[in-house]
Amino acid sequence: MDAVKNASPPAGHSTSTVDAVPRLMAGVLFGLTFGFLLQKGGVGKFNVLVGQLLLQDFTVAKVMLTAIVVGMAGVFTLHHFGKVNLHLKPTRIGANVIGGLLFGAGFALLGYCPGTVAVALGQGSWDALFGMAGLVAGSWVFAELSGWSKRTVEKWGDFGEVLLPDLLRLPRTAFAIGLAAALITIILLLERFTLR
Amino acid sequence: MRKPATCLGLLSGLALFPMSVAVAAESGVNALHYPGPAWSPYGVGAGIGVLSWLTFYFSDKPIGASSFYAQVAGFLGTLIAPRRTKSLAYFRDKPPRVSWGFVFVLAIVVGSALAALTGGEFANEWLPPMWEARFGGRIALRATIGFGGGLLMAVGARLAGGCTSGHGISGTLQLNPGSWITAICLFLGGIAVAVLLFTL
Repeated sequence: MDAVKNASPPAGHSTSTVDAVPRLMAGVLFGLTFGFLLQKGGVGKFNVLVGQLLLQDFTVAKVMLTAIVVGMAGVFTLHHFGKVNLHLKPTRIGANVIGGLLFGAGFALLGYCPGTVAVALGQGSWDALFGMAGLVAGSWVFAELSGWSKRTVEKWGDFGEVLLPDLLRLPRTAFAIGLAAALITIILLLERFTLR
Repeated sequence: MRKPATCLGLLSGLALFPMSVAVAAESGVNALHYPGPAWSPYGVGAGIGVLSWLTFYFSDKPIGASSFYAQVAGFLGTLIAPRRTKSLAYFRDKPPRVSWGFVFVLAIVVGSALAALTGGEFANEWLPPMWEARFGGRIALRATIGFGGGLLMAVGARLAGGCTSGHGISGTLQLNPGSWITAICLFLGGIAVAVLLFTL
C-alpha cells in the first residue's frame, strides 16, 4: 500500500538522526497537554465514562467525534503536502473484532480506558491504580499468548495497512469530506438531543 | 485488495446495535446525577484534534496510550524472568524501552493533576460515588473488578493493536478500517457489559 509510505519524512525528523532527549521532551510536553485536556473534558471521571457506555452521558462521543473531525482535516492536509507520515495499524478483522469486544468488556468493568485511567490517577481517583495493575498484568498475559495469536487470530481477515477509501475504491479527499460531514451531523444531533 | 464489501457491511451492521440497547439503559443508576466536564467537550475535542497534528508533525507519532502498560510489563518481566520475557513473540517484536509513548502516558498523569488542582476537581477518593451507589463501599470488590477489567482491556488492546486513543482517535482520523471496526466493537462490548452491570 503506498498509503503509508508516500510522504517523505519531514526534515530533521528521520528516526536515525533524532536525538533521544528532545524526542522524550516532546513526548512529555504532548502528554501533559493531552492529560490536561482530558481532565478538563471530564473523561477521567468514572461516571462520565460509564455514563457513555450506558448511553446516558454523551461527553465521550462529543470529545472523540470532534477530535476525529479536526484531527482528520489537519493530518490529511499535512499528509497531502508531504509534511507528515501516516501511521496505520494493520486491519485484521478477527483481531479487531475480538480484541475490541474484550477491550469493551474490560472498559465497562474498570470504568476507565488505558489513557483515561492515567487521567483518573492524576485527578486523585485512586481506584485507577487497580486498573493500571490489571493493564500491566493483562499485557503480560497477551505476551504469553502472542505466539499463538500471531499464528491464528491475527491471520483472520488480514488486510494489512490500508485506508478505508482505498479499500472501497473511493477518492480519498471526497471520502474524508463526506465522512467529516456525516460526523458533524452526528455531533449536531447529539448536541440537540442529549442532556449532556 | 480483498472483500471490500465485508468491511463495509460489518461497519454498518454493527453501528445499529447501540440503538437497541438505548431503551434498556433507561433504568438503574443515572450517570447524570454526578459531575460532568469542566470545559466544553467540543473545545476539548478540537484541542485533541490539533494536538494530533502536532504529534504527527513534530514527533512523527500518533497519540496512543495502551502500549505503555506493555512496556511496563516488559520491564518487570526483564527484571523477574529475563529469559522468559525474551522468548515471548510480543517482546521480541517490541522490546520494552523508555520511548516517546512511554513518557507520554506518564505525563498524562501530571497534566491531569495540574488540570484537577487548578480547577478544584481533585477527587482524592478510592471509590467513584456512582460505583459506591451501585455496589457499596467495599474497596476490595472495586479492586478485584477493576484489576480484572484492566487485565481484559490490555489483552483486547494488544490483540486489536490499540485502545480508545490509538484506534479510537488516531486510527479513525487516519481512515483506518481496522480502527473503525475496533472502535465500534469496543463500544458495543462496553455498552453490553455496562448495561448488565449498572441497569439490571
